[in-house]
Amino acid sequence: MIWDWDYAWEVFPKIVGDGLRTAVVATVLGSLVAYTLGLVLALLRRSPIRVVSGITWAFIEFIRSTPLLVQIFFLFFVLPDIGLTLDPMTTGVIALGLHYATYTAEVYRAGIEAVPPGQWEAATALNLPRRRTWTAVILPQAVPRVLPALGNYTISMLKETPLLLMIGVLEIAGVARQVGSRAFRYVEPVTIAGVLFLVLSLAASLLVRWLERRVRYRN
Amino acid sequence: MIRFDDVVKRFGDVVVLDELNFSVAPGEFVTLIGPSGSGKTTILRLLMTLEKVTSGQIFVDGECLSHMQRGSRLVPADEKYQRKVRQRIGMVFQQFNLFPNMKVLQNLTEAPIRSLGLSRAEAEERALELLELVGLTEKVNAHPSQLSGGQQQRVAIARALAMRPDMLLLDEVTSALDPELVAGVLALLKDIASSTDITFLCVTHEMNFARDVSDRVLMFDHGQIVEDAVPDKLFSEPDHERTRTFLRAVLERG
Repeated sequence: MIWDWDYAWEVFPKIVGDGLRTAVVATVLGSLVAYTLGLVLALLRRSPIRVVSGITWAFIEFIRSTPLLVQIFFLFFVLPDIGLTLDPMTTGVIALGLHYATYTAEVYRAGIEAVPPGQWEAATALNLPRRRTWTAVILPQAVPRVLPALGNYTISMLKETPLLLMIGVLEIAGVARQVGSRAFRYVEPVTIAGVLFLVLSLAASLLVRWLERRVRYRN
Repeated sequence: MIRFDDVVKRFGDVVVLDELNFSVAPGEFVTLIGPSGSGKTTILRLLMTLEKVTSGQIFVDGECLSHMQRGSRLVPADEKYQRKVRQRIGMVFQQFNLFPNMKVLQNLTEAPIRSLGLSRAEAEERALELLELVGLTEKVNAHPSQLSGGQQQRVAIARALAMRPDMLLLDEVTSALDPELVAGVLALLKDIASSTDITFLCVTHEMNFARDVSDRVLMFDHGQIVEDAVPDKLFSEPDHERTRTFLRAVLERG
């Protein structure tokens, strides 16, 4: 097993060009879904209507207790049976977003509960409408302090994107495997894929640390 | 203006208010004193609808806080009804509870705009007048975290006044302040009490202040009123032994 620099340079642009872009796009879009849907789930979970909070609870537990890969398969292979066919990338984004939304919901919940009760009481004493209390008082205090935790889930999501190759979405690892199988040489492409993930994760971690410092400074 | 009819409040097995009856006339300044845990703060929280009565009824201007008339039946108050009754009541908290994510100006304009429906210009004009009243005009663009405790409490008082309440509830408003900041906040409250016809219900441990501004003082113990008298009478020659021992303990401490 020797390292072939010429071969490495030859496959590098392909892995970076196709793979990196797909991984980043899937992660960014998946995160957007997870951040929005997670907030919605966290709010529904707090609903005073028992049925709503109950169904939300069941949904969260169900998604968390089943593997992401099964959920990807379900969306991709089962939904067409009921007439809903999505392209692989859309399926991937929805699956990642849905899966991680159940985790970000918990993050939001913790952030909302960390807002002191006095803030709710002041809003009541001032007769602020319920909706306005959420949008102007509670969420602006709850969300900034959970941003680092949300960022950590984006990093986890990035590292799960290789699962998407099972439905034909080729990101970094998928392209590396494809390239490797063509030349029957895997050392260089797979190593490059690993290093790319390492670099991306480290960069994202630094960003999250920086966020953490800022949030702590603001509080 | 305010009437408590046989109000009972229990937290689990603990009876906080025990068949309480009392009323407050419009424009009156009534101070509640008594040992911690005697139910004084709970009275304010019930009025502000932050807690619900276990039994009995509270009336504000003849309207029941917890129930409303639907046809000929009395049903639990819904959110809309409560909002209407609550509109007349303002509250200042021990921990100020300013909104830390808003500047001072927005703390004062948020509720008048969103709850009373004032225009931004009207609300800002009102806010600036009130900041002048509480002596903090120069802090209009500061964040609460940049203010001292005394300044935060002055802003909180201005914020409550911005809603033009008929009634102001003061919940130990100087208890969280450094000693040297207490006098200023109390002087401001005295000023407001004498220059407006707002009804005040005040829970405090500042006996000199209570004696100075109150029309009436209620001494509480174990969820009941032990003594109800004008301040000179209550502080100089209380009828009840419980009041005497309480006042002696407070005066020795402070």
